[in-house]
Parts: sequence; C-alpha cells; structure tokens
Amino acid sequence: MTVTAEPAVGKEAPPGATGPAPRRRTGRVRRIALPYLLLLPALLLELLVHLVPMVIGIVMSFKELTQFYIRDWGAAPWAGFDNYSLSVDFDAPIGKALLHSFFVTCAFTVLSVGLCWLLGTTAAVYMQENFRGRGFLRAVFLVPYALPVYAAVITWAFMFQRDNGLVNHVLHDQLGLTDSPSFWLIGDNSFVALLVVSVWKGWPFAFLIVMAGLQNIPKELYEAASIDGAGMLQQLRRITLPSLRPVNQVLVLVLFLWTFNDFNTPYVLFGKAAPEAADLISIHIYQSSFVTWNFGTGSAMSVLLLLFLLVVTGVYLVLTSRGRRAADV
Amino acid sequence: MSRTTAAARPGRPVGARRSPMAAPRSFVWSRRIFLTLLTGFVLLPVYVMLSSSLKPLEDVSGEFRWLPSGLTIRPYIDIWSTVPLAKYFVNSLIVAGAATVLSVVIAIFAAYGVSRYRFRGKRLFTVTVLSTQMFPGILFLLPLFLIYVNIGNATGIALFGSRIGLILTYLTFSLPFSIWMLIGYFESVPRDLDEAAMVDGNGPLGALFRVVVPAAVPGIVAVAVYAFMTAWGEVLFASVMTNDTTRTLAVGLQGYATQNDVYWNQVMAASLVVSVPVVAGFLLLQRYLVAGLTAGAVK
Repeated sequence: MTVTAEPAVGKEAPPGATGPAPRRRTGRVRRIALPYLLLLPALLLELLVHLVPMVIGIVMSFKELTQFYIRDWGAAPWAGFDNYSLSVDFDAPIGKALLHSFFVTCAFTVLSVGLCWLLGTTAAVYMQENFRGRGFLRAVFLVPYALPVYAAVITWAFMFQRDNGLVNHVLHDQLGLTDSPSFWLIGDNSFVALLVVSVWKGWPFAFLIVMAGLQNIPKELYEAASIDGAGMLQQLRRITLPSLRPVNQVLVLVLFLWTFNDFNTPYVLFGKAAPEAADLISIHIYQSSFVTWNFGTGSAMSVLLLLFLLVVTGVYLVLTSRGRRAADV
Repeated sequence: MSRTTAAARPGRPVGARRSPMAAPRSFVWSRRIFLTLLTGFVLLPVYVMLSSSLKPLEDVSGEFRWLPSGLTIRPYIDIWSTVPLAKYFVNSLIVAGAATVLSVVIAIFAAYGVSRYRFRGKRLFTVTVLSTQMFPGILFLLPLFLIYVNIGNATGIALFGSRIGLILTYLTFSLPFSIWMLIGYFESVPRDLDEAAMVDGNGPLGALFRVVVPAAVPGIVAVAVYAFMTAWGEVLFASVMTNDTTRTLAVGLQGYATQNDVYWNQVMAASLVVSVPVVAGFLLLQRYLVAGLTAGAVK
C-alpha cells in the first residue's frame, strides 16, 4: 500500500485542509449519499412490509372493519375506541375470551421458555466437556430445529391421536396409567400437548446459544477453580452460570417473544380454532379476524398485544441491564 | 458409550478436556441418563414419522404399533396423487428460494452501509430493524392482507394469492434478521482490509464484493440457511395468502390430515419427503449456521 497524491475516495479528509476542488466535492457528495443508496432497497422493503402495514394496522383498529368493507377498507366507518373497549370489556364475551387467551398464553410462555432453557442449558453443560459421540448427539439435538414446523407438528398430532396414537398406546395400553384412552387435542389435556410440542421444538435453540456461550468461558477459570478445590457443582454455580448471564439475557428474551407470538405450532396441532385450554393469543386474534371477519377488533387486539410486548421488553431490558451493571461493580 | 469413558480415557488429547480433573463417576452417569432420555425425546417423532411412513394403511388406522406388520413403500408412491404434492413442492421452492436470495442480497448492501459508514438516521434504522423482529406476525397479516386486496382491486396486479405477494411477506421475518446478523459479521471483518482494497483502486462496492463478502461467507451462508428454513416452514401467511395454484407445502400437507379419511402413513411419508431437503441442507451447512447464529446472538 502506497500513499498516493490522489485523494482516496472513502478516506476521511481533514476538514478545511485544502480548498474544495470540484473532484473532491463530487467525491464527498458520493460519500454522503452512498450509505443511503446502500440502504435504499432495505428501506423500501421495510416500508412496504413493516412500517406501512403497522400504520395501516393502527388505523384499522379505529375502524369498524367487517366483511362488508374488506374490498374497500377506506370506506369503513370510524369506530373511535369502540374496538378497544370491546376488546378490554372483560365482562362481555369478547373481552372475557381475550383475557382468558392472554392468561393461557402467559402460563404457556413461562412454562415453555423455562423448560426450553432448562433442557438446553443442562444438555449444553453436560456436553461442555468432550466425550465419545458428542458430535453425533449435537447433530441429533439440532433435528427438531431443522425440521419444518408443520412436518414435525403433524407428526406430534398423529402421536396424540386418541385411538391410533403412540402417546395413548404407551400410557394406556403399555403402562396402564390411564383408565381409558385420553383425548389430547381437545379439552384440558391440549395445554399439555401444546407444551410438549413447543418444548420439543424450542429447546435446541437454547442448547445452541448456551453451547456457544460456554465456548467463550476461558478454560483457565475452571483450572484455577479446580486447583482451589472447587467441585463440579461449585464450578457450575460460581463460574458457568454467572458467565452465561449476558447470553441468557438475550436468549430468554428471544425465546419469550417467539413463544408468546407462536402461531405455527397451535395452528398445525389444533387447526383454526384451538381448544379453550390452549387458546394462544395469536390464534385467538386470527380467529377473531378471519373466522368471524371482524378485522377492526382483530387489529385492536394486535395493537394491544404489541403494546404489551413493548412494555414487557422495555421493563426486561431496563431490569437486566441494571442487574448487569450492579454485577459489574 | 462404553464404560471406559468414566475412567482415565486413554488416547484423548488433553486440550479437548475442560478441566485437568477427571469427571467424577456420578457425573458421567447422570450425563448418560440425561442425554439418553433427551435423545429419546428428540428422536421419538422422527421414529414415528419414518416407521409409520412404511406401514400399510391398516397399521396406522388401528392401535399404534411400534413395529410395522409389513413394510411397504406404497405411501411414498401414493402421496403424489392424493394431493398435488409436486406442485406444492415447486411453489415452496420458488417462494423460499426467492425470499432467501432477496433478503440476503438486500441485507448485504444494508449491513455494509451500516457497518462501514456514519450517517444521519443510522441508529433509527438499526433500532427499527431490530424492533420489527419482536412484532408478532399476526400484526402484519391483517394489514398486508388488506393492502394486497386493495392493490389488486385498484391496479389489477394480483399480489394476494400470488407467489410475489408471499415472497414479499416472507421478507418480514428474514430481512430484519439477516440485516442484524450481517452487521455483526461485517463489523468483525477488519476495516483495514476493505480500506486497503479501496486504496488499491476499488470503489466501495468493489471492496464490498472483493473483500468483505468473501471474508463474511460463513455469516452469509448462515443467514441464507435461516431465511430458507423460515420461509420453508412458515404456515400463517401461507394459509391466508395462497390459492389453489400457489399453495405451499406448509398448507398443502394439511390437506392430507383434514380429509375424512386420514391416510396417516401418507401424511408421514409426505412429511418426511418435505423435511429431507431442509434437514440435509441444514446438517451440511450446520457449522456455518451455528457459528453465524451464535456470533449474532452471543455478541
């Protein structure tokens, strides 16, 4: 690399060092415009697929948008806050169902994220050290992550069939744990079925991320600790888990958002209308919008969901960053 | 796993070990039990899928059997005629492929702009991109549905039900993720490299494609795999925004399961057939995806 007399494009020139030669000025204009040009395709698409739909979604939530106005939604009459008050009127059927669905989703999310994290972390910690078959197991554990959601969930739906499924065959016929074959895809059991499928599908992601986090922990820490006489459990508590904190903060947030918003799993498992015990919020909104054709209420529910997620995420980020700062001191 | 793993493990390089201490026997046993159970849990549906796909119909309609009464490959022949599976396959390939290529190319430019230049609105852009990741898909479904229907009514361009419409909607998931991950990847490529390339007479785009992109290949592959997998597995938009000719596998496969007679052996065979391309691709490119995913998420 040699220093040339020609001003290199892209290099920072000291401001006001020389008079602005015309050449340099075009170079500068180009330099200022270039990042925007690079971003332009992404900006246009983000506008089209995210920002415009969001604005329209918010506008829709203030309109009385039933099937009569779908062809020309601009003509739909304004509803003011009617859709919102309908959604949060917890004494009336619509609000009551939404609240129920919200609680189901919260319980489901907490359990699913907790179990995914637990399984993923345990497996990653067990596999931190090398042993025979480790690479093979790692590939096996990634299979649920790689399988297309619908193929995996359809298989689970087959396994949960009352008369010809594997689950009842094992629980009833082979182990004799139940008096009669149970229903898994309707009734209260559907919550359990959904949870099992969700954990099966979600834990490998936690495993992946925790495995990567473990690789960043310096081996010397463990060596020093074991020389000082720390046992495996102590090493886990004093080194592994604290070192994983920043990784876990991101992981739990991502798992929370994915699980809370999950549509694919319940939709393939139960179809358009989920049983009451497993009525997740995204299915509920879908049902309110596309089955009863009331887009206004559906949009209001979507906006409420978004506000909830924003608040939770904001609080979570503030709390965890404060915790992190406190831990650093 | 043999018993010797618990002992001193002869012949194992010391560097691969986490600590100089040998793991206690109880630890090795608890690990064996836990990992065995977990493997069983993970592989159970895979076993059901594979074994049921080779069973005759009377085997899958009656009580579940662990072993087939007779092996048959009939389901693999019949799946193509019960449902127009080949057509769905082609649709899925086109839609997922196009969404992948688009999001990767667009993300490369955007990530390069963000990682290499300072400009007004940079923070706003990255924050917007990041935050759209947390929004539920259902939030975009209703407005996009209306936008497409109305564009169709106004201009006659049928976005609703078309492959292009679906490709655009799939960018809602893959584009923000791709941009986010590639920014991290490009930032890990030393700036001196592309500056040197520019001094050597390349323009910024020359530097991008001759230096930055080749150095970030693992990240780009990871982004592509991820984008393809999400598009291939997506159900929500596919079930609303497709019609008979553009239906993808995600919706088409449900066709077997909701008919009056459920041919479970065919459902399982079809599930396996549509899974093979992604699982094979995933296992081949696993190294890249894991590296890329973790680089993006752990940083």
